[in-house]
Amino acid sequence: MPGDLREGRIVIIGASLAGLRAAETLREEGFTGPLTMVGDEPHPPYDRPPLSKQVLLGKASASATELPTRRDPEAQWRLGVRATGLDPVGKRVLLADGDSLPYDRLLIATGTRARPWPNPEEAALDGVFTLRTSDDADGLAERLAAGPRRVLVIGAGFTGSEIASACRERGIEVTVAERGPAPLVGALGGTLAKLAAGLQRAHGVDLRCGVTVTALHGNGRFTGADLSDGSHIDADVCVVAMGAVRNTEWLADSGLAAGARGVACDAGCRAFNMYGIVTDDIFVAGDAARFPHPLFEYQMLSLEHWGNAVAQAEVAAHNMVNPGPLRRPHLAVPVFWSSQFGLNIKSVGVPTFSDQVVIAQGSLDERRLVMVYGYRGRVTAAVTVNMAKWLEYYERLIETAAPFPPAPGAADRATAAAVPVPSDVPDPKVLSHGPTVALTGYLPDRRLTMVRPV
Amino acid sequence: MRIVVDLTRCQGYAQCVFLAPEVFELHGEDALLYDPAVPDDQLDRVRQAAAACPVQAILVGEEVSAGAR
Repeated sequence: MPGDLREGRIVIIGASLAGLRAAETLREEGFTGPLTMVGDEPHPPYDRPPLSKQVLLGKASASATELPTRRDPEAQWRLGVRATGLDPVGKRVLLADGDSLPYDRLLIATGTRARPWPNPEEAALDGVFTLRTSDDADGLAERLAAGPRRVLVIGAGFTGSEIASACRERGIEVTVAERGPAPLVGALGGTLAKLAAGLQRAHGVDLRCGVTVTALHGNGRFTGADLSDGSHIDADVCVVAMGAVRNTEWLADSGLAAGARGVACDAGCRAFNMYGIVTDDIFVAGDAARFPHPLFEYQMLSLEHWGNAVAQAEVAAHNMVNPGPLRRPHLAVPVFWSSQFGLNIKSVGVPTFSDQVVIAQGSLDERRLVMVYGYRGRVTAAVTVNMAKWLEYYERLIETAAPFPPAPGAADRATAAAVPVPSDVPDPKVLSHGPTVALTGYLPDRRLTMVRPV
Repeated sequence: MRIVVDLTRCQGYAQCVFLAPEVFELHGEDALLYDPAVPDDQLDRVRQAAAACPVQAILVGEEVSAGAR
């Protein structure tokens, strides 16, 4: 009965972007029952992308990024308390303070946390940071404002590169150490990674690729680090930007298909249990979710994207209060953006799901271009550099499985589709930075992954 | 009041930069930077910017802690 689903108790674990947008959508869709939001941070929901941009540039304070609401979610807030377990038979969530919350339907939106430096003693040195929370950003922004002699950034993924960009914009010397062959190579492949490397060096970044950081030094306070090539970096601040870890450990004994790549769910955001059977009362959204996508051969995708968190939360919430035939699938094409070193980089589709690339518009020299990614003769992704207005056009090509290389038409030059070259996407295992888009195979109950961060 | 811009949707038309230059700025040619905490004296301008955005990417609203505790 549709009416029944608008009543009952709903608990949302995770009080960030996905959790908040789901809560608002539940109310917009007419849910009238009690709603509880549980968040492990003490802060109300806030926006994370500005933390590596405006906040590090000193243009906004970390406490200023609290998210606006579309409407009052009329929730009971349990902030500063972590969920520690789930009893799916008794339908209760266990909390770190010993309390437990009963639910009729549950949304898991626990997201990710920064992957910590593997040596806890070195990680505890004063001046060693990760960047994921507003408290992290607050502390790091304060150090940058104090004018350190040099900052060491470990990992040249999007977050690490944005941190390096903010440092250079503030006139701070910065060294970036990356185990892979170039910045951003895990997300964008070899050609754009070369552009990113050139860009970093042109902006005065001391970029060291093909190296790992073997030790952090300091006597209470961070003073420098050793690299695997035998060199040593003297620095006052170190930012560990080695990607994210999904917050799924609390589900280890729950019987759900939850693991390092996230909690597996169906296209309607319903969680799978470890036998691959779909539940009907536990839903997943945002970075914690792992879901099948028809455009990418129904492989399970794990995304760490702002837009995905919003879109998936809205679908999950809709499906939590609507019966089967009225439920919707989460089919949005993945989109993300990054701004760094004066460039606006946007991506649509899954660039790592590719075998070839071609520059369809603009050029590397102009630092203004559209790179189109293809897999077995169809378009699967596009990345724009300072050409964001074109993203929608390529999204249509991806949605319609248009042939690759794309036909001239979008092109702003006669010889549009120059010769495609290999997309050159490396195995994520060889990188310091984790991938923000991961194709994780077909099986929902595959819970394990090999992660070797250093 | 707070704002958040859906930068997935933003295409850099920069209407907001013209209407509320103290809150929105272009960072390079194409990337938008903004102050998420809107000063009171900028609120009218920010509302105009939100209305004028060709892709409707700007959300203006109360923060959770202002109304929903």
